[in-house]
Amino acid sequence: MTGHIFAQQAVNGLVLGSVYGLIAVGYTMVYGIIGMINFAHGEIYMIAAYLTAIFLAGLTLLGLQSPPLAILLVLAATIACTALYGWSVERIAYRPLRHANRLAPLISAIGISLILQNYVRLSQGARTQGIPSILDGGFHLFASGPDAFVRLTHAQLLIVVTAIISMFLLHFFIARTAMGRACRAVQQDRVMASLLGVNTDRVIAIVFVLGAGMAAVAGVLVTLNYGSFDFFIGFVAGIKAFTAAVLGGIGSLPGAMLGGVVLGLAESFFSGFVNTDYKDVFAFSLLVLVLIFKPSGLLGVPEVEKV
Amino acid sequence: MSEAKETLLTGLVALLLFAPLTGVSLEGYGLNSHWQNPFLLAGMAMIGRLLLGRLRGLRLPAGLAEYDWQTRLQRPILAVVVIAALIFPWLVGKYWLNVATLALIYVLLALGLNIVVGLAGLLDLGFVAFYAVGAYFYALGFKYLDLSFWIALPGGALLAGVCGMLLGFPVLRMHGDYLAIVTLGFGEIVRLVLNNWIDFTNGPNGVRAPFPSFFGLDFSRHPMPGKSSFHQFFNLPYSSIHKEIFLFFLLFIVVCGMVYFVRRLRRMPLGRAWEALREDEIACRALGINHVTVKLSAFGIGAMTGGIGGAFFAASQGFVNPTSFTFMESAHILAIVVLGGMGSTAGVIGAAVILTVLPEALRDFAEYRGLLFGCAMVMMMIWRPRGLLRSRRALFRREQRAC
Repeated sequence: MTGHIFAQQAVNGLVLGSVYGLIAVGYTMVYGIIGMINFAHGEIYMIAAYLTAIFLAGLTLLGLQSPPLAILLVLAATIACTALYGWSVERIAYRPLRHANRLAPLISAIGISLILQNYVRLSQGARTQGIPSILDGGFHLFASGPDAFVRLTHAQLLIVVTAIISMFLLHFFIARTAMGRACRAVQQDRVMASLLGVNTDRVIAIVFVLGAGMAAVAGVLVTLNYGSFDFFIGFVAGIKAFTAAVLGGIGSLPGAMLGGVVLGLAESFFSGFVNTDYKDVFAFSLLVLVLIFKPSGLLGVPEVEKV
Repeated sequence: MSEAKETLLTGLVALLLFAPLTGVSLEGYGLNSHWQNPFLLAGMAMIGRLLLGRLRGLRLPAGLAEYDWQTRLQRPILAVVVIAALIFPWLVGKYWLNVATLALIYVLLALGLNIVVGLAGLLDLGFVAFYAVGAYFYALGFKYLDLSFWIALPGGALLAGVCGMLLGFPVLRMHGDYLAIVTLGFGEIVRLVLNNWIDFTNGPNGVRAPFPSFFGLDFSRHPMPGKSSFHQFFNLPYSSIHKEIFLFFLLFIVVCGMVYFVRRLRRMPLGRAWEALREDEIACRALGINHVTVKLSAFGIGAMTGGIGGAFFAASQGFVNPTSFTFMESAHILAIVVLGGMGSTAGVIGAAVILTVLPEALRDFAEYRGLLFGCAMVMMMIWRPRGLLRSRRALFRREQRAC
């Protein structure tokens, strides 16, 4: 029985961790390329959750009945629209501050975060919203009795599979395409890259678009799985995803995913075996502890400040 | 790209951004249509884009921008502010007195955060945690240990300062941005613990905090047997406004003390080291400044101020619960510091008063507060990162003579 509970928490943690990992990618890429924490990234995820519900409701009004097609269309539309949000945020609030002092982009990011939260609150209302569940059912794994099984819902499976596919696509983009090579070049040395003809502004914009797109994938999947959201979900999700990014080593893409899974598992086991009320406290404490004892994370390289 | 083309592109992007979120709103599982909203907003974005292009070359008139507000107008403004503060409580009712007290609490908090963000250049997003420590130290100290306000005030400040140092010490050794996220996490930890530790803090139901006494005299109408109350001692008719006036003046004295303290600190080697570290950390370390202790002192003093503000907040409200200590509160204080001009004491005080009184005066404004604060923060960072009125650093200047 305990084994089943353990396995169940592992499944839940893996699912949660995939979501954290998807959001963490946005933090880690932006940090890697311009060295700032994009505080507004959690709100991008929140916007994706709202867009999911709106597009889904729109498709239902148009009379679309097939769930797989609806999910694909919603995913595509949400990624496109959220990526546009990511691009606009960078264009409006960060690009003018490229050469400002270190504090300015951070404060600007807090400002954007407040703007997005209140914009959604004013346009969509402050109450918790929901969507009808369109992905029912699941599998019973390791079933050895009426109550002894590990449940893996279709929605959970969808989250893990989609997260893996998205990460693979992102990795392919960064490692194999010309634009990806430009991204890596800018990350290593922005001035040198621009001297060699890389359009750094465009590369940075692309990074924001990619990060927002990954956050959109997370937003769609979480909304399909849990079904409810409000305008404030971006805050906690943002801190936790950032924790995941730091845990894995900020600036490292595989690190973000690994950090997400580790954090998801840790949080899931903590709430399963210790205490549910304090699971957020646990996650935030983990962030503080990692920063204190291993700031370079699991896969990161120690940061050397250059003059 | 030509201006017309760029404006059209702005409009198109704005339309795409606004259409799904403002054009329809979720109603249950269905949608309500507000199809005109996105067009209005996109139109506004296009007008904004056009105006921006026109305003780009515009600067403040040289005389206005270069006018030395601080040294020339300092004394008259100071005199007016002090006199106004002395007269004010006798003229207004309880409601506005409460608003003024709240404004002073924000002035105090903003002055504390200004040391951390404005002078030392450390972004503290969990300032509200120290505020909560001060407030809860007083309320819980009274509940369990029967502490009076006069012990809780320094005690809460000290505890908040110690918390700040314990949190800051490991983090301040690292790259500056991490501090922002660690303090953000710490702020949430404090709030969640206060909310969930029901046996000790009474959770969301909050804790009562009594009113401070006036040198041992309380402000009740009917004091405990054997004790004298304020109105009996001074032979005044009982009035509930006495205690509000007392708290206002007490807070006013503390704020004045804080302003003086900050002013002196800025001229001391420590204050100069803060500003130097903010400008160039590597150069400072090369010159032998211990960056950790210098930053830690700023962080600790800021946290202590937050603790003092918290004790006053608990005393003025008579009650504390965790909803007063959300991230929104931290953002509010940060917005005050940013809008007042990071590093400028006068600007920060002005911004604290305006941003506290304005939502009270204009109820409609309160709804849009967060949105406007956010916009203001972004715009300030882009156009006037050192505040609307620039703060001048004390420097040795040669006497200007007419020749």
